[in-house]
Amino acid sequence: MMDLRWTPAEDQFRAEARAWLEANAPREPLPHGDTFEGFPVNRAWERRLFEAGWAVVSWPREYGGREASLWEWLIFEEEYYRIGLPQRVAQNGIFLLAPSIFEFGTQEQRDEILPRMAGVDDIWCQGWSEPNAGSDLAGIRSTGVRDDAAGGWRLHGQKTWTTRGAFATKLFGLFRTDPAADRHRGLSYLLVDLDQDGVDVRPVDKLDGDAGFAEVFFDGAFAPDSAVLGGVDRGWDVAMATTGSERGLTLRSPGRFMAAAARLVDLHHRIGAPTHDEQGARDAVVEAWMDAEAYQLNTLQTVTRLAQGATMGPESSVNKVFWSEMDIRLNEAALRLLGSRAPLVEGAPDAVDHGAWMSSFMFALAGPIYAGTNEIQRNVIAERVLGLPRK
Amino acid sequence: MHFAFSDDQLAFRDAVRDFLVRECPPSVVRSAWNGEPSQLWPQLADMGVVGLTVPEAMGGLGMDDLDLVLIMEETGRAGLPEPLVETTAVVAPLLAAIGGTVAAEHLPGIADGSTIAVMTFGAEYAPWADRAGLVVRAAADTVELLSPDAYALVPQANVDAARPLFALDPRVLDGGPVLASGPAAAALAGAARDRGALAVAAQLCGLAARMLDITVEYVKERKQFGVPIGSYQAVKHHLANVELKLAYARPVVYRAAWSRHAGDPLASVHCSMAKVYASEAASVAVKACLQCHGAIAYTLEHDLHLFMKRVWALLPAYGDARWHQSRVATHVLG
Repeated sequence: MMDLRWTPAEDQFRAEARAWLEANAPREPLPHGDTFEGFPVNRAWERRLFEAGWAVVSWPREYGGREASLWEWLIFEEEYYRIGLPQRVAQNGIFLLAPSIFEFGTQEQRDEILPRMAGVDDIWCQGWSEPNAGSDLAGIRSTGVRDDAAGGWRLHGQKTWTTRGAFATKLFGLFRTDPAADRHRGLSYLLVDLDQDGVDVRPVDKLDGDAGFAEVFFDGAFAPDSAVLGGVDRGWDVAMATTGSERGLTLRSPGRFMAAAARLVDLHHRIGAPTHDEQGARDAVVEAWMDAEAYQLNTLQTVTRLAQGATMGPESSVNKVFWSEMDIRLNEAALRLLGSRAPLVEGAPDAVDHGAWMSSFMFALAGPIYAGTNEIQRNVIAERVLGLPRK
Repeated sequence: MHFAFSDDQLAFRDAVRDFLVRECPPSVVRSAWNGEPSQLWPQLADMGVVGLTVPEAMGGLGMDDLDLVLIMEETGRAGLPEPLVETTAVVAPLLAAIGGTVAAEHLPGIADGSTIAVMTFGAEYAPWADRAGLVVRAAADTVELLSPDAYALVPQANVDAARPLFALDPRVLDGGPVLASGPAAAALAGAARDRGALAVAAQLCGLAARMLDITVEYVKERKQFGVPIGSYQAVKHHLANVELKLAYARPVVYRAAWSRHAGDPLASVHCSMAKVYASEAASVAVKACLQCHGAIAYTLEHDLHLFMKRVWALLPAYGDARWHQSRVATHVLG
């Protein structure tokens, strides 16, 4: 039977999470994690989360989790964002790579990688895009050349748009290990140590001014056989599983948008709307608020299916398009309320909320690009959900 | 937390879907356009659909909005030209809530299919009132039952001829027995409007899904430049947008049904969100599906217009999206 109420046990979990966060979360807002000043502060906070067992609530205890259900994970995310905490610097590891490690990793890989990932000893970044392989990911040219003597792979080539690459210690990426094979075959999913000779990480300033991006150049760096995830030349399948996590449930939980919508409503209460735009801005605010609710409801349906044993299929693309476009509308609504103060950024005397809305608007504009452009996602929806022909 | 329908609810939905696929093809909707009712009402009553919300003691199934919402979606998908929203979603639960002799007098006839019931709100038009044996009217401060000799109907030709609309002629209108007045009347009328908005929202989702199905099949077959037009990205993106809208409208609609079932204090707000999201999904579907067909669907010969026009007819029913959004805005922003 349908029941859209939380159980007493889930309420208890929420109360416990809320109490810990309220007692332990930093009093001052954390600086942005994608800056050289902000990254170590965020990392220290996330270490604290790990030590208290709240970093990866849904993971097994042996890896630092508390074996929470997906429902409890959703609740934790709601509480995390509700109290005003930012997205995690560990996210590309714990939300993108980790599900693939659980699915495809060897016991040794799990034991070695997961606790260090959860404890932010290692910061993982994603090495997929290349100068000539964006939406057409199978166009990857970076190579892994067999080195039998050393028992592994010598890496050459360039990865780009590597989020948080400037701060990461490890990279998970696709490398062509069989140049003779078809585009989608002959790729291996490698787990690469960035702190070694033959790796050159060059930061690239992002549109919003943060140092979040990097180009990563490989010139003979080494990845041992134990660093292959899911089998040599089998990387495409593993990568598709990772994209499912990226687009689907874990990267953007409803709690994040519910909290943003609540801040937007609060902004409306505090500053109202420009007098020439009262009705229009009011509409924009309430539409963003409703979208966050709709996103939560859609997620609750999805988690119900997953809890019954289903797996996330191409509907993760539906999800990705919705949250990324919702995020833009939500921030646009805030800029509309701000009117002439919308362009003001940190440091301006009249900036509202330290210019945070312009920052989050610019960040939101990346949403329809990363994790697979929304054009590609709409193709996936049309082809794999609706059954339209590829050609 | 569990956001899924029960096996029984899904089985009932499937039975109704099978029945409508068999008995309510587009030709039946077309006949209704020509003034020939579908003849499906007695069979829907036999299946328990018409009396779904009537208490068991009066011949119904004693169920509520949560059991009804998937059925309503199916009637939308079929374009069913029958007053199921009015009779089963709106009036029957109102009479059941009033109880007493009014309920005992009218509900058995609703459940067995012999009485069609509709409701009007103020000066709003009443669909299918010509076939109604029972007309309930929400006036300024009362909810009344109109006596058959106390009103006259003024037909209002509308875009969807399979869903005829009527005004009550103000020169003839006379009060009938007052079922409730004051706050009790406002509560009854408000709940009735919520149920109507929810049921219509479910139908709009079904209509959008049907138009999408029709269009997906078409663009897979239709070739231009030597390939199916559904292989073109521009066409794919139109239809992906419909799927996206539906994917977020459905859970909003189902949540509203749950909230009414569970007596959630925010049920009215949730019904309003349902109407807003379903209206958007159906409106996007109409435009995308017509565009992906091209001129072939800009004809009366093609079936798509039957469903498009039902959408346009339902958009204002039980409060349009703007009315409902303003109610959500009041909740969120004061």
